[in-house]
Amino acid sequence: MITPVWLLLKREMRQSVRRWSDLISPLVFFVLVSSLFPLAISPAADVLRQVGPGVLWVAALLSMLLSMNRLFRDDFEDGSLEQLVLAPQPLVLLVLGKVLAHWLQMVLPLLLLTPAVAIAYDLPGEATRVLLLSLLLGTPALSLLGGITAALTVGLRQGAGVLAILLLPLSIPVLIFGSRATDLALEGMDTTGPLMLLGAISLLSASLAPFGIAAALRVSLD
Amino acid sequence: MMWTWFHKLGSPPYAYRLACLLQPWLFWLATALMAIGAYGGLFVAPTDYQMGDAFRILYIHAPAAYMSMAIYVIMAITSAIGMIWRIKLAFAIAAASAPLGAWFTALALASGAIWGQPMWGTWWVWDARLTSELILLFLYFGYMGLRSAYDDPNQADRASGIIAIVGVVNVPIIKFSVDWWNTLHQPATISKLDNPSITADMLWPLLVMIVAFNLFYGAVLMNRFRCEILNRERNARWLPELL
Repeated sequence: MITPVWLLLKREMRQSVRRWSDLISPLVFFVLVSSLFPLAISPAADVLRQVGPGVLWVAALLSMLLSMNRLFRDDFEDGSLEQLVLAPQPLVLLVLGKVLAHWLQMVLPLLLLTPAVAIAYDLPGEATRVLLLSLLLGTPALSLLGGITAALTVGLRQGAGVLAILLLPLSIPVLIFGSRATDLALEGMDTTGPLMLLGAISLLSASLAPFGIAAALRVSLD
Repeated sequence: MMWTWFHKLGSPPYAYRLACLLQPWLFWLATALMAIGAYGGLFVAPTDYQMGDAFRILYIHAPAAYMSMAIYVIMAITSAIGMIWRIKLAFAIAAASAPLGAWFTALALASGAIWGQPMWGTWWVWDARLTSELILLFLYFGYMGLRSAYDDPNQADRASGIIAIVGVVNVPIIKFSVDWWNTLHQPATISKLDNPSITADMLWPLLVMIVAFNLFYGAVLMNRFRCEILNRERNARWLPELL
């Protein structure tokens, strides 16, 4: 059961290393968006500290939105997505591997970059730690929800716009809990509640979303 | 045999005739009840001691907000029926309902803003209920956007059905997160709508209006449903015979 997922994961990773420019653009986008806010609002440290958690979460969300469009598109265009759907292995497991690979390629580098951007926003160490933890717990849910919407829009010409309208409302709970956890850490309060809720949303998505993604891919490939 | 009536609903000519039959009844009942409810709301219901006469917009606002949520659930249920029993007309109900639901949501938001102006002194506050209603509007837009992006109606049905079901699973989570976010940000609630004690004179026009809105939705839905059937069955042989 696990072998095909592992093979798929290896293939995805090898492909992404060979096309490394695809890996860089979400990162650059993330840094760019988060450097627009000090220019637009104020460079004062106390203002930045106040808006920082929310801005970093929104920037991460937008950067994921950008890369989500590519999740199934290349495979759809070269026909390998069809092979994936026709494969004897359960599609639910295979799409979980696909989403996991996407998370490792696109979101994990984002997490590694976050401390640097957090320093630019003058966030203290404890808040940065909670921010990272909230991103770690919350982004899997975004990847999985994004997987459903990406699978639904993969065959469409104007897919990217529809993807954004579909995904952003669904990602609001994650955004709320993620940025509030960091806010609470800034105020020196207990952050276990929102962090646990983020984990719960991710677990729920991991158990339900693969079925949605599989069903959506079958519709798109009809 | 028990389920014959259910399977019959899946037949386009039968459903078309049923919609033709039901539509005038629903429409006139809705109009009559709306007139009664409007009379009750405007003349019978006493003036609220806190909000004055401005509270009377409740008789539009509350039924619209109620319909906005009910229609999304109806869309998810009919989409699920369409997916499970492969009944295409169930998708037609969902597709015909979406713009109506979006309009009811917009009406609830607009009437809420008009109500909020004299009550709170502002058109918009980031109150939990207002915010989740706004998100619901975006969910409707997403559903309609996805439908219109597909060329093949069959694909559009199933794709939008998936997003309706995903949306309905998410709605409670969104509602909970927005409530939680709101209580953290605004400790003193400004909402004055939370008094459960409402006199009978105020209550009955509201209940009549809710029933009237449901019937009105049914009446408009039947018209839209007929259009959906005509569009989907435009090459079918039963159509020229019927018309």
